Amino acid sequence: MTSHRSIVTAFVLAAAFSGAASLSAYAQEAAANPTPQQWSFSGPFGLYDPQQLQRGFKIYREVCSTCHSLKLLSFRNLADPGGPHFTEAQAAAIAATFQVTDGPNDQGQMFQRPGKISDYFPSPFANDQAARAALGGGLPPDMSTLAKAREYNEGFAGFLIDPFTMYQEQGPDYIHAIINGYTNPPAGFALPPATYYNKYFPGGAIKMPPPLHDGQVKYTDGTPETLDQYGRDVAAFLMWASEPKLDERKQLGFQVMIFLIVFTGLLYFTKKRVWHDVHHPADPQQPRTAA
Amino acid sequence: MSGHPTYQPQSPFMKWMERRLPIASLVYSSFIAYPTPRNLNYWWTFGGILTFMLAVQMVTGIVLAMHYTPNVNLAFNSVEGIMRDVNYGWLLRYVHATGASFFFVAVYIHIARGMYYGSYKEPREVLWILGVILFLLMVATGFMGYVLPWGQMSFWAATVITNLFSAIPAVGHGIVTWLWGGFAVGNPTLNRFYSLHYLLPFVIAGVVVLHIWALHMVGQNNPTGVEPKDEKDTVAFTPYATVKDAFFVGVFCIVFAYFIFYIPNYLGHSDNYIPANPSQTPTHIVPEWYYLPFYAILRAIPSKLLGVTALAASIIVLAFMPWLDTSAVRSANYRPLYRQFLLIFFAAVIGLGYLGSQEPVGGYVLAARLLTAYYFAFFFIILPLLGLVERTKPLPKSISEAVLTKGLPAGASGPPPKGAKV
Repeated sequence: MTSHRSIVTAFVLAAAFSGAASLSAYAQEAAANPTPQQWSFSGPFGLYDPQQLQRGFKIYREVCSTCHSLKLLSFRNLADPGGPHFTEAQAAAIAATFQVTDGPNDQGQMFQRPGKISDYFPSPFANDQAARAALGGGLPPDMSTLAKAREYNEGFAGFLIDPFTMYQEQGPDYIHAIINGYTNPPAGFALPPATYYNKYFPGGAIKMPPPLHDGQVKYTDGTPETLDQYGRDVAAFLMWASEPKLDERKQLGFQVMIFLIVFTGLLYFTKKRVWHDVHHPADPQQPRTAA
Repeated sequence: MSGHPTYQPQSPFMKWMERRLPIASLVYSSFIAYPTPRNLNYWWTFGGILTFMLAVQMVTGIVLAMHYTPNVNLAFNSVEGIMRDVNYGWLLRYVHATGASFFFVAVYIHIARGMYYGSYKEPREVLWILGVILFLLMVATGFMGYVLPWGQMSFWAATVITNLFSAIPAVGHGIVTWLWGGFAVGNPTLNRFYSLHYLLPFVIAGVVVLHIWALHMVGQNNPTGVEPKDEKDTVAFTPYATVKDAFFVGVFCIVFAYFIFYIPNYLGHSDNYIPANPSQTPTHIVPEWYYLPFYAILRAIPSKLLGVTALAASIIVLAFMPWLDTSAVRSANYRPLYRQFLLIFFAAVIGLGYLGSQEPVGGYVLAARLLTAYYFAFFFIILPLLGLVERTKPLPKSISEAVLTKGLPAGASGPPPKGAKV
């Protein structure tokens, strides 16, 4: 059995090391590590908080959408299950507040019309070049998959622990940190022109001006209107935008896990029963090959 | 492997069929009466697990292909469309992406088991070589599949890996242009990778048939490495191996499902959620985790041509194991020195995997070179020499003897357990 144990150890180590690889390789720029936040959607049973998603959407709509597109989301998604739980009428009303380009019409002209629920979120700029030209060279990334497209280096220990704690919220933690990470640059830091110092941004110099400040977005549900809270709400909204089926995934996952554990347990006892006469031969002379 | 019961058709239809297409007796002799050593441990269930994973990848892949668009302008969004708008598309994609990782987990365990118990030795050389071919096909399929979502890491991994061929003298650059179908990784590259990614799994399935055929010619190896001698040493494939494999496929699926439903992006790379951008190179380009040891070997060698040669050699050398290993004893359980060197070899591969993920700077370069040296020394020096100098432990006379004296030191012949008549 010792030999078996060594193989097991070897594989555990193998898995550990090679996995570690994938994470620790990135984000080696000396940026501060975000502080993990409490998220309603973390863990095996964690789901989105629709109220929080609505607040986050309000921030996106009033602030982020000035520069950041959200191309892969449609207004109908706002009424999807597992989302911000707007009603269809509300989603249609929100869509109608946006102007979208349609056409060509019978005269061959493109034209503007109020958005419909089936439309996708219109982008603030016609193209990347227009965005760069308007924003001094910076290109605000599209936010549709942003919360899954960001990670930070937790080091080797974090990498090993993550699978057990099911930590999948690096992106939202990073977004929350960036929003709260604007400080004065450390002494001697040469900040390039038209950039801002952010201690969580790789390299420190970010082109996005501080986007939010306390009290900027009005909440109607009594939630504190602080930068910290804004950061959490908009990060949660962007996580939903990136992973809209998270609620469905975890709910189905629980059912699948229960099924697999029960089914595998039954297979184990079947296996034990089938092999019983091999391990405890009543009459070793009896051949066992005939099934 | 003769002497086990043969299929006797009962019904008139099956008798009629048997004289025309004896498929029932093929299934009977291959998957029911087929004798398997009675002492196989759970490491032997990974062959079944791999077959299961191939089926999972094919079924999910075929459905994904119904919704995917292989065009540089549409690929990324079509994958996101699968995640957002296709019914259970998120599930299909996460099963397929996580499934690739678990396919490699299973194949690495399967290969390691073969190395530990000497499953490559006479008369299983062809079986082993077919396995190496299967692994190469898996590597190619996995790589091309990773390119399809057309994220940043897809694009840059495709660029780096295809560029390796430019190391070949004289014709290298021509080959790269030919592979790309242009002068850079672009739409023709994505299209052909998609076509080949769909084709290769069927090639894999074909080679799997040969692999299983060869297995059934020579019979399975077992933890003692001693060939079964009589019926006391074996049990019938069904129900014994079938139920044991099924149980462990279940255990494997629990871990697999945990990753799919709770940490689906843990094994992936966040950069691949950024659409491919040929004008912006990611800070660190890394392959998927399962290629990292080979990537480390590539980078450990300063010359590009030699590095690529070493990369290719590191996999191809496996095919020569049956002849590089000079020992007559199969199982590492009876080869104390080989066992130590092999476990160090496994640790070295893991270490290379870690180094493959790190930037090649400072001490990491030296470490990667040392581990690469050990990797090749294991095959070209240790394996041939060990067979000549190693004092192996005495082998049991038969599998049933090994089973009945379980708990005693390996090779010791103590009294059989109470009640057992041998």
